[in-house]
Amino acid sequence: MNKSILAAAACVATAAGCAGTTAPPSSGPQVTTEQAIAVMKASFIEKGQAKLDRLDQDDVQKACSDRPPGTPLPKEVGQRIEKEQLASIRYPADGKLLGDWKRGEKIAQSGVGKQYTDDPKVVAGGNCYACHELTKKELAFGTIGPSLYNFGRKRGFTPENRKYAYAKVYNSEAFAACSNMPRFGHNGILSEEQIKDVVALLMDPESPVNQ
Amino acid sequence: MNRIAWLLAAGVAFAAQAQQPQRSTAEEIERYREALGEGNPAELWEARGEALWHQRRGPGNVSLEQCDLGLGPGVVKGAYTVLPRYFPDTDKVEDLESRLVTCMVKLQGFKLEEATKDPFGGPGKKVPMDAIVAYVTAQSRGMKMNVAATHPKEREAYELGRKIFFFRGGPHDFGCVTCHGDDNKRIRLQDLPNLTRTADAQHAYGTWPAYRVSQGEVRSFQWRLNDCFRQQRFPELRFTSPASIALTMFLAKNANGGTLDAPSIKR
Repeated sequence: MNKSILAAAACVATAAGCAGTTAPPSSGPQVTTEQAIAVMKASFIEKGQAKLDRLDQDDVQKACSDRPPGTPLPKEVGQRIEKEQLASIRYPADGKLLGDWKRGEKIAQSGVGKQYTDDPKVVAGGNCYACHELTKKELAFGTIGPSLYNFGRKRGFTPENRKYAYAKVYNSEAFAACSNMPRFGHNGILSEEQIKDVVALLMDPESPVNQ
Repeated sequence: MNRIAWLLAAGVAFAAQAQQPQRSTAEEIERYREALGEGNPAELWEARGEALWHQRRGPGNVSLEQCDLGLGPGVVKGAYTVLPRYFPDTDKVEDLESRLVTCMVKLQGFKLEEATKDPFGGPGKKVPMDAIVAYVTAQSRGMKMNVAATHPKEREAYELGRKIFFFRGGPHDFGCVTCHGDDNKRIRLQDLPNLTRTADAQHAYGTWPAYRVSQGEVRSFQWRLNDCFRQQRFPELRFTSPASIALTMFLAKNANGGTLDAPSIKR
């Protein structure tokens, strides 16, 4: 949030708008969101498992769209999203949150799933390494999200932190509105069992994440 | 022929080395460029495209030599730097690929379905579109991007493209901005340009089309957008669709002032 506020302040500071960024022009034809969606629906073709309903946005996607640099989400909207998304999280009925970190590592490595080129019968992965550093053994990690190395060791191996890890993977928007991170449980990308395994990767003291 | 065989062999060797994570992708590309010297396998596509441009084809048995890409009939040099643009004869904003389709239909007499049915090459399948795109873009190499976006329909396309760039949806909540809205990020080891920044937009747009070493193909900008949306978990972006042209307009105009260095070489 702080970064967006700084970016907005920087825009105001330069008379011509945001220098070096593609800020919205002050004038020009207005294109409504409805028009844009109509054009998109006429421009995409259903293929494999990817149907046109993937262009239908929920409230979070709507609120987080159309936000060029310097147009941060209003604070009250962000708080409402976080509250609603947090309330929608379903925790495992058996109360157990820690699965198998070895299976969690495989889920973190796998980017398979939900693309129109993917077989819908193949179990989807979480592709955590695309954006996060997790273990010291895997060097091919992305940097869109923060490093999660020593996630459990840094925070402490407590039940509260296990619950937070489960909730964050299940629905990232509950803690940071308009996060770049997918809502793996909320949107049915990963199953409850798979999320438990990812929680183990993050929170099991034996996991290489905590070595 | 020896040189061509060597270029392709170098590509295979590079692709094998690129599997190792020890060096960054950017460093690997740089080593590959050095190994090639001034060569780029895209030259093969450019040569084929030039021949196709002059060849009498289609039911009309005419060449593309009178095709107006925006700078007048038959002017190829510099044409890519002003695209997409508004064309009065179709009353539409067109990018390079959609304008080529228009010329194939209007000049050469192809049916629209024929002109658009094989937009991208693949293993064992070389298509005319990739080659002609490579030829036309190469004729603007070294020139600066100069998209006007002043006509009302061009401005509308730009605004529409901006909306699409910042549109988030699908099972992963992804939009273009998810990967291309922040500085100095990587996905796995791949560097990601921040396309909301002028310098990154200029470099990124100015290096497409590209010979993709890992695929052994020259990939057009329409292909680049198509494959981004696949990874975004969206349905398939239709070739030369209005959304694809609008998004291209947004990205091309943001790259104005940048030097075109395409077709380039990418991993």
